[in-house]
Amino acid sequence: MSDKNVSLPVARIAPPIAPGVPSTVGTDFLTTKLDALVQWAQKNSLWPMPFGTACCAIEFMSSVSSHYDLARFGAEVVRFSPRQADLMIIAGTVTDKQAPILRKIYDQMPEPKWVISMGVCACTGGFYRAYHVVQGVDEIVPVDVYVAGCPPTPENLIHGLIELQKRIQSGELARHREAKTYVPIRVGTDPQVESIPAYSKSVMAPGRAHGHELPEMADSAEAEAAKGGKA
Amino acid sequence: MSATLSPASGVSFAPVLERKFPDGSVHVERRPATDVPTVVATPETCIEAAGFLRDDPAAAYDLLLDLVAVDRLKLDGPASFRGDERFQLNALLYSTKRNEHLRLRVALPASDPRLPTLTEIWPASNWFEREAWDLMGIRFDGHPNLTRLLTHNGFVGHALRKDYEAGQRWLCTDEDVLQTALAAKTDLPEDVFETMTLNFGPSHPSTHGTLRIVLRVDGERIVAAESECGYLHRCFEKMSETHTYTQVIPYTDRLNYCSPMINGNGYARAVEQMLGIEIPARAKAVRVVLSEFSRIMDHMVCIGANLVDLGGLTTFWYSYQAREEIYSLLEACCGARLTSSYARIGGLSLDVPDNFVEWCRTLSKSVTTHIGEVNTLLTKNRIVQKRMSGTGVVTKEQAIAWGFTGPCLRASGVGYDVRKDKPYDGYDEVDFDVPVTTAGDNYSRYLVRMEEMRQSLRIIEQVIARLPGGPVVSNDYRVVLPPKEMVYNEMEGLIFHFKNVFEGIQVPAGEIYSYTEGANGELGYSIVSDGSGNPYRVKVRPPCFPLFAAFEKIIIGGMVSDAVATLGTLNIIAGELDR
Ligand code: SF4
Repeated sequence: MSDKNVSLPVARIAPPIAPGVPSTVGTDFLTTKLDALVQWAQKNSLWPMPFGTACCAIEFMSSVSSHYDLARFGAEVVRFSPRQADLMIIAGTVTDKQAPILRKIYDQMPEPKWVISMGVCACTGGFYRAYHVVQGVDEIVPVDVYVAGCPPTPENLIHGLIELQKRIQSGELARHREAKTYVPIRVGTDPQVESIPAYSKSVMAPGRAHGHELPEMADSAEAEAAKGGKA
Repeated sequence: MSATLSPASGVSFAPVLERKFPDGSVHVERRPATDVPTVVATPETCIEAAGFLRDDPAAAYDLLLDLVAVDRLKLDGPASFRGDERFQLNALLYSTKRNEHLRLRVALPASDPRLPTLTEIWPASNWFEREAWDLMGIRFDGHPNLTRLLTHNGFVGHALRKDYEAGQRWLCTDEDVLQTALAAKTDLPEDVFETMTLNFGPSHPSTHGTLRIVLRVDGERIVAAESECGYLHRCFEKMSETHTYTQVIPYTDRLNYCSPMINGNGYARAVEQMLGIEIPARAKAVRVVLSEFSRIMDHMVCIGANLVDLGGLTTFWYSYQAREEIYSLLEACCGARLTSSYARIGGLSLDVPDNFVEWCRTLSKSVTTHIGEVNTLLTKNRIVQKRMSGTGVVTKEQAIAWGFTGPCLRASGVGYDVRKDKPYDGYDEVDFDVPVTTAGDNYSRYLVRMEEMRQSLRIIEQVIARLPGGPVVSNDYRVVLPPKEMVYNEMEGLIFHFKNVFEGIQVPAGEIYSYTEGANGELGYSIVSDGSGNPYRVKVRPPCFPLFAAFEKIIIGGMVSDAVATLGTLNIIAGELDR
């Protein structure tokens, strides 16, 4: 990503209002595009809402505490209320039981909002290929940045945050989101690895089972009821 | 298993038992000396047996540690499988008076396995029974609320049964999110018009993202409460069954992720006991040092996070600094900050860095400073005292009945600490004290944790003062990967390497309950082996589980804000609670 997208694009001294008529507002102001200004402000005042469920949340705590101090990067106002946050950091394993709650909280966040998926569990289910674990939170909410690692180091999370900020500044995120062509960023993985799931692929519904057949049940009455209800 | 079978198997009350049950319906099973003694009962006699075990002074097993359900479907092979004994339910017991462990075993049939509930005898059994129903499909007659606990309400089947496929998921929709009985109930006796239902969690800063409590409050006072867990149930036990013994170690790190080293060490120790191998002295010493540092980390984050919940953010920065410094040491030893995966069956994965001893010395000095800082900030802080003393009180009897262990039990006046009472890894060679208080409130739990950190530092200093040299991993190549020179140059080495990697460690068929002192209490592993490279069944005894099960009872009558303080001092770690 080039640097010119990162800083405020245009800054110049006010021109005279008309030939011979000097500017009445003096020379000390900037003009810029409104979009760029808003994006710049958004980028530098991210209010994260940690959706911390497991071990990754501990590393998130490391990132915000004294040693790594996420505040240096303009994201220190950690809010536990979704209504006051615009960046959701999903740190930890999300289980099927948690999935509807995650979606509800995401829906409660005001626009514009972004999602960082921290750690392999949130990204893909990690090494829990199991009966009660969501295999990647993009089954439930759209993800902007995937941060790999189990858990990712705080450096890695900060890297993810900076990448997100770059994209917020460039306005790329908003445009792609509208067109649903957006390809998320991945941090801490091998850059050679291709084929990131496209944004449109994420199913925006709470929890999606794999579509397996029902298992043979010892308790047949219960299984029948389940077949009737679920299949 | 190397150990021999002893006839009485350590059961001193065997003659009393024989007199009480002359027909042999309840009898002592012969177990190897490394395992805990076992008494076998039938579904019909188990209540009587349980009553005897709890009340007879010769037995006095007053504390229920865990219920372990085992599905033996594939254990004996389909041919020899006896249809009438597919399931087993093992209750693990501890006697605080006699310092003895015991297993009470009941065999159950394949169709409709059921037995009477043990909640009357040991109240701690309540949630364990719900878990056994949820994951194994064992019914408990007379249980007050036999519903799913860990999996969601849309779940079908019983996940830990051997015929349940590990990856089979079920859709959980908004309707399946627990609509607790409490929310609907309005006919509470004292319910006039002022009580209301308050949902608290799972996404709430002080429930740490994964715990949920539904409260019925009258103003600020809690009149009824119901807690729920399972929001982080990530199938540790099923995952263990599909991996080799060594591959389970990374999963254990993620149980209590505030002190990962302790979990890994406990697990490795359990498997080592099954294999009957001794690990080198240096490995033991390093395990002890890093476990104690992990304990400090855990207590620090417990105290820090608790204060954040109480509104005092400052302490957190100080307590977290200690953690960061300990992380650096762990990183130097094994390459990972948090999820260390450092233990191996037979020792450790790598030797410690050369400057380990000096590093530990410097670290223990600076950790002492941080403990001092936290102490200055909190111990005599009037707000802290007001919020914590007298709230969340658990009496000694309650603590025992609810199955508490660890700092929470010790804060209620029972000085049981596995490191002292059943020493392992050389804890008997070091000099340390077990802090005990009697008040049982939040402030006592805080004080116990503070003192435990100081004692941990004492242990560390003594161990590093005489840190043994030599290897950090056993040279038993059936279990441990042989060194690379041997693999490249000798046929034998190559074979060992190949077998270890492809087949995994072959643990002889058998069963064990092995326990160590985790940061939150007795951390036990029940492992059943069928002789193959994968464990047949791993059940961890999570110290938090009984604590959180009792939480809904502790907070009744208190204020909502006291509930927050109590939740913090109980130190519920969801990874371990839900597994
Ligand atoms: S990615 Fe690893 S560290 Fe993070 S929640 Fe999952 S298991 Fe824990």
